Amino acid sequence: MPPIRDVMPAFELFQPASVGDALGILDRHGADAWVMAGGMDTFDWLKDRIRKPKVVVDLGMVDELRGIKDAAGGLEIGAMTTLTTVANNPLVKERFPILAQAALIVASPQIRNQATAGGNVSQDARCWYYRAGWPCYRAGGNICYADTPTSVNREHAIFNADRCVAVNPSDTAPALIALDAEFVIKRGSAERVVAAREFFIGPGIDITKLTVLQPGDLLTAIRIPAAWAGKAHYFEKVRDRMVWDFALVNIATTLNMSGTTISDARMVVNGVAAVPYRLDAVEAAIKGRPRDKATADLAADLAVQGAVPLRHNAYKIPLVKALVKRAIRGEAEWATS
Amino acid sequence: MGNLVSWARSPWGDSVLTHISWDLFWAALIGGLLFLLAHGGYMLFSQHHRRESSEVDRLEAERQGLPTNIVRHGFVARMFHWVMAFSMLTLLITAFLPIVGVKFAWVQWHWMAGILLTASIMFHIVHATFVLDFWSIWVGPKDIPEFKAEMLREVGIDAPGPKPGKYPLGNRLYHLAVLVAGLSVIGTGIVMMWRVRTGIVERNPYLLTDSTWGITYVVHGLMGVGFVGLVIAHIYFALRPEKLWVTKSMIFGTITRRQYLEHHDPDRWVADKSGSKNVA
Repeated sequence: MPPIRDVMPAFELFQPASVGDALGILDRHGADAWVMAGGMDTFDWLKDRIRKPKVVVDLGMVDELRGIKDAAGGLEIGAMTTLTTVANNPLVKERFPILAQAALIVASPQIRNQATAGGNVSQDARCWYYRAGWPCYRAGGNICYADTPTSVNREHAIFNADRCVAVNPSDTAPALIALDAEFVIKRGSAERVVAAREFFIGPGIDITKLTVLQPGDLLTAIRIPAAWAGKAHYFEKVRDRMVWDFALVNIATTLNMSGTTISDARMVVNGVAAVPYRLDAVEAAIKGRPRDKATADLAADLAVQGAVPLRHNAYKIPLVKALVKRAIRGEAEWATS
Repeated sequence: MGNLVSWARSPWGDSVLTHISWDLFWAALIGGLLFLLAHGGYMLFSQHHRRESSEVDRLEAERQGLPTNIVRHGFVARMFHWVMAFSMLTLLITAFLPIVGVKFAWVQWHWMAGILLTASIMFHIVHATFVLDFWSIWVGPKDIPEFKAEMLREVGIDAPGPKPGKYPLGNRLYHLAVLVAGLSVIGTGIVMMWRVRTGIVERNPYLLTDSTWGITYVVHGLMGVGFVGLVIAHIYFALRPEKLWVTKSMIFGTITRRQYLEHHDPDRWVADKSGSKNVA
């Protein structure tokens, strides 16, 4: 464990009141600036003194980044909207219950009151070797301490490990990918919109980051199209304890049913790779099939093809299979059909 | 060495090397390009001396028995060169494009190109030892007279002294630099295969101590950026107008009798008449 200190290192604090001001500050300070949303990831880094940014840009005063509004049958969620708001919002619950459920079971009520939609998808890896400040690949070094013959790697990746075996810890990220969401990123006067799936990057692309966000970038909103509103949704999270814990594995599934057959599907699991892991082969295989045990068995087998367990996380393979089966059959208490 | 390499604190509290500063990549790139400009400028205004045309005429008259086209690089040697060039360029592209901001999953391509380079170099060592004239590429004290004569000719003085054998001194010095850098990146690169998942060796990051790993990464990085400068210089010389005959010989295999006599000492490099063509 790192030496936890309660006194953070000194930094210059900015609390802009508008997106324009925030972008100006980020543009001015570039890589020296640290963007803080709800602070749930930030304060760990700062209090452990692993990260020592010169400038912290606290977005807490930027009201225009908060709120959920209708967007042609879909929704636009401000990046600073709290997870509690997302989980309780009537429009989210009505149209995209998968996202409401994902937000509802993040961490604890206190954390959800402070944590934000933008922060949840942008948070850094929770690998304890990395968070302890050791010089691993993700920290700019040349080793993965979590992938050695003696590592404690029960929570780490089973798919697409490329030197680093950390996983993406977000609960809302797989739900947003399953909903074909788009992330709005501003930089200076420019704006780009990135598909949720493309927002996350693996260690092969950049081993020190989990997202495409660069210094100077600001995630301002998440747009969810209407396409999956009212369809069959499923979200389930498996964790060691029922509150205040990250997912060992979670799954987000959206299904478009034509009568009793699946006409289109999105299936994403998280906690198994450095990016939320979309099960493309499963999605293709279950199209045109009924939502029954045979389809579930087929999907489960396909889902874990290519999985390479580490020393202590082979349990994730049957866990993924079980979750895929349950998602196909729609077994969660709240799942919609 | 302060900012040229990066250090980290290991979990055991030791200060260990991690890798080189990527500023060195830019230094190698800019250094290579500056050399290119400097040499190009020098060649524009220098008194670079070539063997007199009349002297070449005399040599040609004396050596009527030579074929009109003389093999400089056999097929196997040329294949090796181009396979090595392909793997080397792939290694450099996959290593340095991500550093300049072009992000892609580079590791797999990098180690695969490294294996190709290693295989080609191993083949080359065997081929050069048992088939080619092994010593023709090496440099040593015996080359000092040639070095002096070459330097004088570079500044326009028609100096007596030996002409190059098969390989000019510059070629041999370049080969030596590539040999040192190449064997270093190959040696360190092979060990680094134990740090990534390749399916060829079982991953074991504890194969070496942290400090030895650090040295391995630093040597790999230093020699890698060294290759940036070396490759720039190589491509530059290959494209220079007065060197194109050499480049063509690496494609087609032969040089003309006149090029042979103009640029080489026929007594130091005795042309292989068996594989040469007499089309005259």
